[in-house]
Amino acid sequence: MLKVRQQPFKTAVLALVWGWLLVLVLAPNLLVVGTSVLTRDAGSFIALPVNLDSYRRLLDPLYLDVFLHSLYMASVTTLCCLLIGYPFAWALSRLTKPRQTLLIFLLIVPFWTNSLVRTYALKLLLATNGLINNALIGLGLIDEPLQMLYTEGAVIVGLVYLLLPFMILPLYSVFEDLRRELLMASHDLGAGKLPTFIHVVVPLTLPGVIAGVMLVLLPAMGLFFVADILGGSRNLLVGNVIKNQFLDARDWPFGAAASILLTVAMAVLLLAHKLSERRLGNGESKP
Amino acid sequence: MNQTLLSLRNVSKSFDGKSVLDALDLDIRDGEFITLLGPSGCGKTTLLRLMAGFEHPDDGSLTLAGTDITHTLPEHRPLNTVFQHYALFPHMTVFDNVAYGLKMEKRPKDEIRQRVDEALAMVQLGDFARRKPHQLSGGQQQRVAIARAVVKRPKLLLLDEPLSALDYKLRRTMQVELKRLQRELGITFVFVTHDQEEALSMSDRVVVLKDGLIQQLGTPREIYERPANLFTARFVGETNLFPGKLERLGDGTITVDVLGVHRTLRRPSFPVCEGQAVHVLLRPEDIRVLAPDADHGLAGKVVERNYKGSTLDSVIHLADGTEVLASEFFDEDDPMFDYRLGEPVKVSWVDGWEWLLPVEPDELPAGAELAVNA
Amino acid sequence: MNRWLPRAYLSIVYALLYLPILVLVVFSFNSSRTGYRWGGLSLQWYESLFNNHAMVQAMWNSLWLALAAATVSTLIGALTALALHRYRFRGKRVLNGMLFVVMMSPEIVLAISLLALFLLIGLQLGFVSLLLAHVTFCLPFVVITVMARLSGFDERLPEAARDLGASDFTMTRTVLIPVIMPALLAGWLLGFTLSLDDVVVSTFVSGPSYEILPLRIYSMVRVGLKPEVNALGTLLLVFSLVMLMLSQWILTRSKR
Repeated sequence: MLKVRQQPFKTAVLALVWGWLLVLVLAPNLLVVGTSVLTRDAGSFIALPVNLDSYRRLLDPLYLDVFLHSLYMASVTTLCCLLIGYPFAWALSRLTKPRQTLLIFLLIVPFWTNSLVRTYALKLLLATNGLINNALIGLGLIDEPLQMLYTEGAVIVGLVYLLLPFMILPLYSVFEDLRRELLMASHDLGAGKLPTFIHVVVPLTLPGVIAGVMLVLLPAMGLFFVADILGGSRNLLVGNVIKNQFLDARDWPFGAAASILLTVAMAVLLLAHKLSERRLGNGESKP
Repeated sequence: MNQTLLSLRNVSKSFDGKSVLDALDLDIRDGEFITLLGPSGCGKTTLLRLMAGFEHPDDGSLTLAGTDITHTLPEHRPLNTVFQHYALFPHMTVFDNVAYGLKMEKRPKDEIRQRVDEALAMVQLGDFARRKPHQLSGGQQQRVAIARAVVKRPKLLLLDEPLSALDYKLRRTMQVELKRLQRELGITFVFVTHDQEEALSMSDRVVVLKDGLIQQLGTPREIYERPANLFTARFVGETNLFPGKLERLGDGTITVDVLGVHRTLRRPSFPVCEGQAVHVLLRPEDIRVLAPDADHGLAGKVVERNYKGSTLDSVIHLADGTEVLASEFFDEDDPMFDYRLGEPVKVSWVDGWEWLLPVEPDELPAGAELAVNA
Repeated sequence: MNRWLPRAYLSIVYALLYLPILVLVVFSFNSSRTGYRWGGLSLQWYESLFNNHAMVQAMWNSLWLALAAATVSTLIGALTALALHRYRFRGKRVLNGMLFVVMMSPEIVLAISLLALFLLIGLQLGFVSLLLAHVTFCLPFVVITVMARLSGFDERLPEAARDLGASDFTMTRTVLIPVIMPALLAGWLLGFTLSLDDVVVSTFVSGPSYEILPLRIYSMVRVGLKPEVNALGTLLLVFSLVMLMLSQWILTRSKR
């Protein structure tokens, strides 16, 4: 009877969370899917008939260029984060425990600071008459200020700056779990530094890499305000397209279709993550 | 002493379709120290959790002192548990841990203070009341767990492998201390362990469990000297099994052919007939190792010898390949007593020290026997 | 490899991470109007910030929203984590997976889906829509944080409490909640910060009746430079530092 008596609490909690998720996650997403196959309407945003025009328009060269460019910038961002973050996480995991705690704290502090404000701070540095240009001219390295703001590079710098901690934290956690004895065992069995890295370190840190990629790549396509502030009109993200369709152009079906594009990208990444964890035999133990 | 305190009738429990306990009956007497013994997965922990109320039987009933508690919640059962890894509340001091149960009973403050102090004094931790559990050693945490459970003066104390996390020496100390506590408090103890030595040395009665079925219920002496079946014989202590063939039935005796040697033994309690195969069981300390020219016994040679301090343990290979374990006490007259490896000897035993078991139908072939115990 | 190369590398990355923030703080005290050149110490931007009535109102709005969102999401999230931890039920894996997907999905996807929902059911965009949206994206983070604490939690502790006579409710109050308190606090702070920082979702689900700080900042920084933003950023930085230290202090105190 234990179970029966606990039922009210259990039922209430489960009803609450299921209700919340069904109403505020599942239903809205179904709405988006529905919207994406409807027709644009000036008055009520969407109208019948059902069609796949919006998906067809995703392939329109005009938008396809934007999407590919966004994907390109997101990929470069992810690669930069990985190249900076991987050695960073490794170096961090080799410090003494109190130092690790302090440095992780320092890594999180910027994350706790408003991301808009931090993006704006980059603008101070990158602007035509900003600090970097002033410094370079002051040092006599250049005569004319460089055009840094409103470039593809500026957007990538902004995205890397905001998303780097999301790459480092999962990497740090796998490096922390990587037991020193495994490396010693590898050396003991005759493997040099490079073979040890390739055969032991990389496979064991792969789930962290994939988690990091997932946490960086997707937001790097969606954080429209970074492109807005640093990128000008030519360096748009998928997020900018979606936002414009919903808030300015009022073409909801097309915006919805673009957002489903992102959802599909997420599904692919989630699958990769799941597979990499299963390879290490702990796919079942984690939610 | 002989009055039944807790009785389990026809209790069955399965998890995900896998049966863990099967129509089990058990009577626990008031004031006894009873041990549930068995290998891991035998159902002993589930049985304990059923008594505590953390699990509920699929079928059957539990009666405590005449009251049906089958569906009673754990907090309403007048029994308490000492958990395997103590389960001390990490955020409370030792005092608050011990006081927890009394606070739940809404006892007056003065009474709580007095009883907690008494309980802590009883386990010699009076000076540790203000500490947090993580500031104590394993043995001290163990004592707090015991004090916390007995302070409520339960009718029954359930102990779930309480000593498994302690090192050998501390374990022995706590075994003695638990026995002392049980005597002083007069509480019935139900003790779960997989350690047969612990079970034999501490209990009034032992329940041997395997695959959710009671294999044997008896005093430690009965379990050890008169095992009910091969499982108990092998699980509790070391055992030598000789194949025997029943040759002749006599008046209260039988004659058995053991590897070519004919011995007249007491008639066993199970039904026997001529020509039947039986097991002759002998504990290593019941084996007598004789000189190779002795006039009786089975011939073999010593293949291993281990000095154990108080005993000399040897392994003897008989001519037919049967391995015999012998454990002999050192003789004061012959302090240098020892064997050479390969030394020819004969093995025998004193009449009446053997124990007979029928050959079970689904038995493993000879030779696989040692593997079961290992 | 020697010892200082990794350390030098760490130092460089940290320097780059903190350089923009440092510049922001320094320039918040700049008296020059152009924004790029140092014109001497001044508190004028802080002054103009607090004289801006709409700005102060947006600050309060954001603060209330973050407080409410963090509290509601901690409440629901903690209960969910408890249910996931303690009970077996149908669809448990689905629930787990769904929370994970919500955490992973791009904010913008959540944002437009919620906008579609709110317009469909005719909910006026404002405090309520913001709260619902913020709780939704904070929820998985709270669940994860509390679950992590619960997974290190000795399964026998609740049983020990029940065994000693505590009812399910009393056990939850006297054992479970005190033990998971640090996780609740951490989850609450995480929710608070996520809510205070959010731009993407808020852009879609807020209405003119309830202007919040990130959106106000957004409209300021989209075009040109606004020195007030430096001052505001510095204040936000100090505020989150204080919050972080406060939580660290509470956590270390609770360990003792």
